[in-house]
Amino acid sequence: MFSITMRAMSDRDEQKPRGGFFKRLRERMNRGRGLGLTLGFAGRKLDDELAEELETQLLMADVGLDAADRILAAMRKKLGKAAIDSDDQVRALLRDVLADMLRDHAQPLTVDTSARPYVILVVGVNGSGKTTTIGKLARRLKDQGYSVMLAAGDTYRAAAIEQLQAWGERNDVPVVAQQPGADPAAVIYDACEAARARGADVLLADTAGRLQNKAGLMAELEKVVRIAGKLDPAAPHEKMLVLDSSLGQNAISQAVEFHNAVGLTGITMTKLDGGAKGGVLVALAAQLDVPFRFIGVGEQAEDMDVFDADAFAAALAGIESA
Amino acid sequence: MFDNLSDRLKTVTERMRGRGRLTEDNITDAVRDVRRALLEADVALPVVRGFVDRVRERAVGAEVTRSLSPGQAFIKVIHDELAGVLGAGATGFELRHQPPVVILLAGLQGAGKTTTAGKLALYLKERAGRSVMLASLDTRRPAAILQLQQLAERVGAVWHPSTADDAPLDIARAAVDAARRSQAGVLVLDTAGRTRLDEELLAELKVLHTEIQPQETLFVVDSMAGQDAVNVAAAFGETLPLTGVILTKADGDARGGAALSVKTVTGQPILFLGTGEELSGLEVFHPERMASRILGMGDVLSLVEEVEQKVDRKQAEKLARKVQKGKGFDLEDLRDQLEQMMNLGGLESLLDKLPLPGGVNSNQLAGQVDDKSLRRQVALINSMTPRERRFPKIINGSRKRRIAAGAGVAVPEVNRLLKQHTQMQKMMKRMSKGGMKRALRGLPGLPGR
Ligand SMILES: Nc1nc2c(ncn2[C@@H]2O[C@H](COP(=O)(O)OP(=O)(O)OP(=O)(O)O)[C@@H](O)[C@H]2O)c(=O)[nH]1
Ligand SMILES: Nc1nc2c(ncn2[C@@H]2O[C@H](COP(=O)(O)OP(=O)(O)OP(=O)(O)O)[C@@H](O)[C@H]2O)c(=O)[nH]1
Ligand SMILES: [Mg+2]
Ligand SMILES: [Mg+2]
Repeated sequence: MFSITMRAMSDRDEQKPRGGFFKRLRERMNRGRGLGLTLGFAGRKLDDELAEELETQLLMADVGLDAADRILAAMRKKLGKAAIDSDDQVRALLRDVLADMLRDHAQPLTVDTSARPYVILVVGVNGSGKTTTIGKLARRLKDQGYSVMLAAGDTYRAAAIEQLQAWGERNDVPVVAQQPGADPAAVIYDACEAARARGADVLLADTAGRLQNKAGLMAELEKVVRIAGKLDPAAPHEKMLVLDSSLGQNAISQAVEFHNAVGLTGITMTKLDGGAKGGVLVALAAQLDVPFRFIGVGEQAEDMDVFDADAFAAALAGIESA
Repeated sequence: MFDNLSDRLKTVTERMRGRGRLTEDNITDAVRDVRRALLEADVALPVVRGFVDRVRERAVGAEVTRSLSPGQAFIKVIHDELAGVLGAGATGFELRHQPPVVILLAGLQGAGKTTTAGKLALYLKERAGRSVMLASLDTRRPAAILQLQQLAERVGAVWHPSTADDAPLDIARAAVDAARRSQAGVLVLDTAGRTRLDEELLAELKVLHTEIQPQETLFVVDSMAGQDAVNVAAAFGETLPLTGVILTKADGDARGGAALSVKTVTGQPILFLGTGEELSGLEVFHPERMASRILGMGDVLSLVEEVEQKVDRKQAEKLARKVQKGKGFDLEDLRDQLEQMMNLGGLESLLDKLPLPGGVNSNQLAGQVDDKSLRRQVALINSMTPRERRFPKIINGSRKRRIAAGAGVAVPEVNRLLKQHTQMQKMMKRMSKGGMKRALRGLPGLPGR
C-alpha cells in the first residue's frame, strides 16, 4: 500500500517553491475573501451579537444552519468564560473547532497495487467535475509511477467520451471506450478486463452525471458497481463522489443518496478556486462516515490537492496563509 | 427535512388564529421559520435578510380578509412577495430585431451553458420557427466545441465550426458574419465556464460583449447553487449587461433558492428553467411554482386559498387534508373537486398552479379533460348511490349500466371515470409521499424520461 499523498506532495512542492500547495489553496480560497469576518471582536465575550456575526459568516460559507449551531456551541465550550483578546483569536478558535470536526475525515486515497487494476469509480451529479477530476487523478497517479488506464463510462452526454479521451492524450494514458449509447456497465467491465490484461495498476472509470433523485439512473449506477465487481469482488475499490463546492445544501442529499446507492468510499470537492467555501463538508462530516480525499482548485491537470483538515479549516476561517 | 415549512408554519400560524390583524408580535415566530426555510433552500443570506424585512413590513398591519385566517394571510404575504420578486420583468425574448438575433451565454463551469445552447436552438426552432446557428467560443475545455457540434446536429441547427486554436472573439465575429450570410434568424454563442474570481476571463467576456453587442446576454446558473451564487451573479452582472437568467437542473430536488439570490442581484428576469439532460428539457419559468418550491410547500396552500375564496371553506379544508394525506379520496371528493374546477374557471387555471415536472405542460394535461366532460363526470357521480361513491370497488357491471343510464351516457364513460379516479387516488398518494413530480409521472399521456 502506498500513499498517494506523500509522494505527490513532494512533487508539487518542488514546482511551487514558496509554501507549497496548502498555501496556494489558502491563497485561492482567500481570494474569495475567506470568511471575511468583520472585526471589532476584541474585549467582547462570545455573546449573542458576536455569535450572530459568526453564524452569518458560517452560513455564507454553505455550512448550513445545523452545523453552524454546532460550531458555535463548540466555540463557546472551548472559550469558556474567557474574554476575547483579538479578532485573530476568534479566527484561530474557529479554525480549531472546524479542524476538529473535519480531522477524522481527512484520509488520503491509497492505492492497493496488488489489485491490478485498482478500480476507482467516479460518480456525481451533472457538471460537478468528474471527468476533470479523473484527468487530474491520472496525472497525479502517473507522476507517482503507477500505470493508469481510463474507462469512458459516460456514454450518454454529447462528446463525453472525447472529453475523457482528450485527458487520456494529455496524460498519455490509454482510454477504453465504446460508442455513444453503449451500456456503461459493459464499458467498465471491458475496461477492467483490458486493464487486467495489461497489468495496469489503476483504472479510473468515468460515469455520466446524474441527479440523485432519478431512481432509474441511480439503479444504473448500482448495476455498474455490481458488474465492475465481476472480475474482482473488491472492485470498484474506490467509489468516489465528486461534489461541486459552488452548490449549496443539496450537496448533502447528493452525498446521502449516492452513498445509499453505491456505498461511497471517498469524496472529492471541486472548484474551490471559484470563491465558494465548501462549508457543506463540515455538515457532511457529522452525517456521513466517508473520507474526504481531494480538493479541486482549477481546471488544469495539476490543480488538485489532497484534502487537509487544517488547511481547509484555516481557509474557511479566513486565516491568511502561514 | 425540507417539507416541514408548511407544517411548521401551520403550528406557528395556528397561534395567530382569532386575531384580526398581523402584528410585529404575532408574526415573530413565523418570520424566523421563513428565514430558516429560505436559508435551507440556499437563498443567500444578504438576500434572505432583505426579503424577510420586506415581508415583515408588508405583513404587519395587513388586513386579514374574511376568507383567510391570519396564518393564511401571512403565508400569502410571503408567497406573493416571493413570486413577485421572482417574476418581475419576465417578458421572454425579443426576437423582432434585425436578424441574426445574437444570444450570448455565460456562467460558471459546468452550469449547463452548452446544453442550454442546444436546448435554446431546439426551442426557438420549434416554438418560434427560427433558423438557429450555434457556435462555440469555448476553446478551453477539452471537447467542448465538439459537444456543441453534436448538439447542433441533433437539433438540426446550423453549425458554425471553430477550433481550440482560434481566439474566442474571432470565432464570434466570424459566426455573426456567417449567420448574416446564411440568414439565420438567431445565433447562439456558447462560452467557456469561468469563475467570478478569474479577472482575465471576465475581461475577455466584456470585450466580447462590447464587440459583438448581442441582443440577449444570458446568465446560466445551476439551480442547486449555494450561497456564493449571489457573488457570482454580481460579478457576471458587473461584467456584462445581462438581459436574463436561465436556471438549469431544475429537475433535481434542490429547493432552488439561488433563483431568488440571482434575481435580486442581477435584477434580470429568469426566462427559462432547464428541466433535464435531454434537449427538450427547457421550460418557460413560472414564478408561482418557483416560490412554492423555494418555500417547500408545494402549491397546496395557494390552491386551498383560492378554492376557499370561491367555494365553501370547510369543503376546501377537507379536500386539502385529503390531498395531503392521500387517503380516502373517494368519488364524492372527486365530484367536489370537479365542481371546484368548474368554479375556478376550468382545469387549465388549476393546473397552472401545480409545480409540474419537466417536460409536462399544463395544456397537455388540460387537453385530456374539457369542461363539458367535467359536467358529464359530475352527472355520473350524481347518478351513483352514496355507498358506491364511497366504495367505488363495489361498482360491478350491472351497477355501471344503471349509473350510465342515469346520467344519459354510455358504459365506457363510467369505466373512464373510474379509471381516472383510481389514477387520481394513486397520484394523491404519491403526492403525499414524493411530491407533485412523482405524482404526475404516473398520469397517462405524459412524457417520462
Ligand atoms: N475552476 C474549476 N473548474 C473545474 C474544476 N473541476 C472541474 N472544473 C470545470 O467544471 C466543468 C465541468 O467539469 P467536468 O469534469 O466536465 O464535469 P463532469 O462532472 O464530468 O460533468 P458531466 O459529465 O457533464 O456530468 C468543466 O468546465 C471543468 O473544466 C475545479 O476544480 N475548478
Ligand atoms: N439533469 C439536468 N442536467 C443538465 C441540465 N442542463 C445541463 N445538464 C447537464 O449538466 C452537465 C453540464 O452541462 P454543460 O452544458 O456541459 O455545462 P457547461 O456550462 O457548458 O459546462 P462547461 O462548458 O464545462 O463550463 C451535463 O452533464 C449536462 O447534461 C438540466 O437542466 N438538467
Ligand atoms: Mg463528465
Ligand atoms: Mg460548455
